[in-house]
Amino acid sequence: MAIHVRFFASLREQMGASDKEISSDGILTVTDVWASVSDRPLPDSILYAVNMDYAESMTAVKDGDEVAFFPPVTGGGV
Amino acid sequence: MKIVLLKSKLDPWKEIVDYQRSIEAHHGKFGATASFVGTMRDFNEGDCVVDMTLEHYPGMTERHLQKIVESAEQKWQILDVLVVHRIGALRPNDPIVVVAVWSSHRGAAFDACRFVMEQLKSKAPFWKKESLQQGGRWVENNTAG
Repeated sequence: MAIHVRFFASLREQMGASDKEISSDGILTVTDVWASVSDRPLPDSILYAVNMDYAESMTAVKDGDEVAFFPPVTGGGV
Repeated sequence: MKIVLLKSKLDPWKEIVDYQRSIEAHHGKFGATASFVGTMRDFNEGDCVVDMTLEHYPGMTERHLQKIVESAEQKWQILDVLVVHRIGALRPNDPIVVVAVWSSHRGAAFDACRFVMEQLKSKAPFWKKESLQQGGRWVENNTAG
C-alpha cells in the first residue's frame, strides 16, 4: 500500500522534507503513517488531514491516500 | 461566493467594490455589507516583526474556506460572501485578508462576517512565519479575537 505523506510549516522544517512516499502493508491508521516517517511519538499539538479533510490519529487510511501532518493553523491576521 | 488566494498585493477595498459591482443579481436586494480587513502588524509578542511569509496547503485551504462560507450560508440569511486571503511574502501594513458579507439586513451580515473570520483563523490551513531581527519563528497561537 502506498501513501503520499505531506508536512507543512514548522513540521516541514523539522522533518527536512515537504513530501514523502511510503509503501508498506502494515499501515492502517494516521498513527501508523506517522510511525513510518518518524521515530518520535506523534506530538499532541500536531493536526492531521487525510485527503485534505481533518482527521483523527485513529482515522483509517487506504492505498493511494494523501496524509498530511501540520502544526495548529494561524491564518487571518490581527 | 468568491474565494481567492492571492500571491500579489491585496487591495481589500477595491476587491469589495469590484465584487459588489459584479454581483448584479443581488443589486437592490442587499441592504447591508459587513466587511473585515486583517492587516499585518509590525509587532507580535513583544518583538518587532520585519516581514512574514504565509504558507498554505494548496487544495485543502481552498476547500476549507469554501466549507466555512457554505456553513455561514446555512446559518444566516446572507446573499453573498467574498474572501480574499494573501499567501507568500508580506510586510507590515500589508492587508492579509478581507472578508465581506452581503445580506438584506445588518444582523446577518455582521454575524456571518465574524463567523467566517473566526472559522478561517481556527480551521483554514494557513501558517505564518515571522522574520524578526534575531531570526525567524513560526507563529504558534492565534491572538484572541
